[in-house]
Amino acid sequence: MIRLEKRPEPSRAWGWAAPVVAVAVTIVLGGLLFAALGKAPVAAIRTIFWDPLFSEFAWFYRPQLLIKAAPLVLIATGLALGFRAGIWNIGAEGQYIVGALCGAAVALAFYPMEARWLIFPLMVLAGAAGGLMWAMIPALLKVRFGTNEILVSLMLVYVAEQLLAAMALGPMRNPDGMGFPGSRNLRDYPSAVNAELIEKTGMHWGVVAALIAVIFATILLTRHRMGFAIRLTGQSPRAASFSGVRPGWLVIFCMGVSGALAGLAGLFEVAGPAGQVSIDFNAGYGFTAIIVAFLGRLNPIGILLAGLLMALTYVGGEIAQSRLGLPAAAIQVFQGMLLFVLLAVDVLTDYRIRWGKGRPA
Amino acid sequence: MTAPLLTVEGITKRYPGVVANRDVSFEIRPGERHALLGENGAGKSTLVKTIYGLVTPDEGRMTMNGHPFAPAEPRAARMAGVAMVFQHFSLFDALTVAENVALGMESPPPMGRLAARIREVSETYGLPLDPGQIVADLSAGERQRVEIIRCLLQDPRLLIMDEPTSVLTPQEVEILFETLRRLSAEGTAILYISHKLEEIRALCEAATILRGGEVVATCDPRETSAREMAELMVGERLDPPARAARDTGEVVLALNGLSAPAPHRFGTALADITLDVRAGEVLGIGGVAGNGQDELLAALSGERRLAPGMITLDGAPIGHLGPTERRARGLLAAPEERMGHAAVPDMTLTENAAMTATTRKGLARRGFMDWARARDYAAEVIEAFDVRTPGPGATARSLSGGNLQKFVIGREILQAPRVFVVNQPTWGVDAKAAAAIRQALLSLADAGAAVVVISQDLDELLEVSDRFCALNAGRLSAPRPARGLTVEEIGLMLGGAHDMEVAHVGEAPAGTEDRA
Repeated sequence: MIRLEKRPEPSRAWGWAAPVVAVAVTIVLGGLLFAALGKAPVAAIRTIFWDPLFSEFAWFYRPQLLIKAAPLVLIATGLALGFRAGIWNIGAEGQYIVGALCGAAVALAFYPMEARWLIFPLMVLAGAAGGLMWAMIPALLKVRFGTNEILVSLMLVYVAEQLLAAMALGPMRNPDGMGFPGSRNLRDYPSAVNAELIEKTGMHWGVVAALIAVIFATILLTRHRMGFAIRLTGQSPRAASFSGVRPGWLVIFCMGVSGALAGLAGLFEVAGPAGQVSIDFNAGYGFTAIIVAFLGRLNPIGILLAGLLMALTYVGGEIAQSRLGLPAAAIQVFQGMLLFVLLAVDVLTDYRIRWGKGRPA
Repeated sequence: MTAPLLTVEGITKRYPGVVANRDVSFEIRPGERHALLGENGAGKSTLVKTIYGLVTPDEGRMTMNGHPFAPAEPRAARMAGVAMVFQHFSLFDALTVAENVALGMESPPPMGRLAARIREVSETYGLPLDPGQIVADLSAGERQRVEIIRCLLQDPRLLIMDEPTSVLTPQEVEILFETLRRLSAEGTAILYISHKLEEIRALCEAATILRGGEVVATCDPRETSAREMAELMVGERLDPPARAARDTGEVVLALNGLSAPAPHRFGTALADITLDVRAGEVLGIGGVAGNGQDELLAALSGERRLAPGMITLDGAPIGHLGPTERRARGLLAAPEERMGHAAVPDMTLTENAAMTATTRKGLARRGFMDWARARDYAAEVIEAFDVRTPGPGATARSLSGGNLQKFVIGREILQAPRVFVVNQPTWGVDAKAAAAIRQALLSLADAGAAVVVISQDLDELLEVSDRFCALNAGRLSAPRPARGLTVEEIGLMLGGAHDMEVAHVGEAPAGTEDRA
């Protein structure tokens, strides 16, 4: 008989080993999934994890890694602050879309003025403000009326998607686009473009922002009073309130920061890799970032590594789609499995497995 | 001398890292009221769980009425005539008394017959109870009666009671004792677990004292002083807390018509509480659990914000301020629940020190935590209050209850409060740590602070308080000088008038005297 026995203290070793074990288990389960779909499992796994880095076309895929990882890390870092405090912003996808719309709106409003020193910083501010504003809706509703932020933020994603479609088809449509949906391509507008900073690396301002966010979040959590308040609240809301933390302010702060970071991620995406506001602009980064946040143990440095790993599955997944004909949904299932397996393996942080016949204590 | 009902011989039970019981032997005669005494962790619970079939001992044997007795599960123990009333009740709030009793029976009779039986038993033993009442509407004392009647319906030969009086008013305790004496007169043996020594002296005829899992002494509590028994329990001399004669100073903390609605469905509303607390005095607030203690503490700590004038500190209104601002002005508090309220179990002692001491001890500069200073402060508390732990890096949950409580109290006292409010300062704490904590509270008052002690332990309150008042259903009685107050007077102040039906102990039906 297998029994779970609660550890006297959570195991630190397992805390760090769990993501690694979870990745390994997911690879095995993913292989089974791909085999069930009639694909060679080893080849599929190699295509996803190996080819983007080391195949003969890796020079093409490697920059993609940073491009995919940047929004994931940026969003996940913000989400992790809230998650550490037990504030569940599930709607980063919506904040990402609204941030992109606001940033693009600034760029399109100034088109074709040439003043990068003014327009690009304004776009960055507008992107952050857009995400922040969208996140304030569930935050204020929670503080004022006690609504559930999970539900409200999630449902606002669908509102944001409708808004995106309306914008792409209506006010933001390219007047020179011959009626096709989608805005002007910001990559053709030098004052607004979020270009590669170093050629052929994929390094753009979003990557820089993600690194800055990781550093700031680390300092916040370990050294600042606000970070201490976040950790206290996550561990024990009652103790936090006794200590003097005002739960309402914490909700506003955590939702605001995660919304602003998601908005920034959207802005950098729309001004760079995506280039334009289009109906299907959002690629699910806001949801995948939830997996990244947990895979990274809600720790900014861990999130940086997890974001890179997740970017790898995105890039590798695309290769697998085009080369092996794996359905896109299979790749998403694979990514989702990672979260489930991680949560399952996490049990071992607090419990240990005992084999053999149990004696009632 | 009658033959023993239950003999326990050489019971040993080991858990990883500890021996809960080591070679424990004792016996109970039919009709005997036998006390099992010991501090937290002395092995009382393990021992009674063994008798009740919840724990299988590693060594040793028991006999019941001369037959070998080794219950594998509580059902087997019940079949042999053992019944147990647990410290924590297992009743369903939404069901009636009779339904709850039926749930605990192997094959319950029809509801009407059962209700009649319950009425009969409750009258015979002086435990007034209406079988049709919903349990949610009952007081703690009445809930306990439900549990007792549930046991009595099994016609037990041995009734085990685990800390039964912790939730009762003194009058309810008297009713309970009448019932227990009556049961024992009819031949039912009582195994009574408690650490309240005066109660044991009033009720029991024999006592087995456990320390560190072993039997260290047996005595007749009627002929042994409470002090002697306490010293046997602890294994060393205990000195009562010393207090200097002191003059009380000006009013520091004043509550002016403090009222607050209940925070949640099962909470208690505070109603028009008016009180002055002076510098240098200890004010004791007694009351049965659930009469507004937690709510009062939250209102004083600042977790609950009120109208500004409801609380004044040195004359300034502070009712609207939060915990941090109140701490800055010198009003400090320590809630009852250590784990998850006064302290965070999975955080280190350093972090737990920073939890409340950041403002007064300057543990943060320009918004950034100064963890080195927090660590030093935690070490200072550990040193000054003799907290047994490897160091400030240990998590709060690795500490024993007594040690963590010393840390929590020390963390506040070393911040030199003007006013210190504490709820249940020695709840679940061993006698030695409790004595140290009470001494610290008295010394704090001697140093000129105002101290408010909220507690359910009347002996504790009488020991430390200068003035005493009672909290009942969210209302506070007028304070009275604690010196000279008797337990009966306190009982009246605690007021549970609705629970003060005097026990109607009927005449014993013929033929039950020589049962067992």
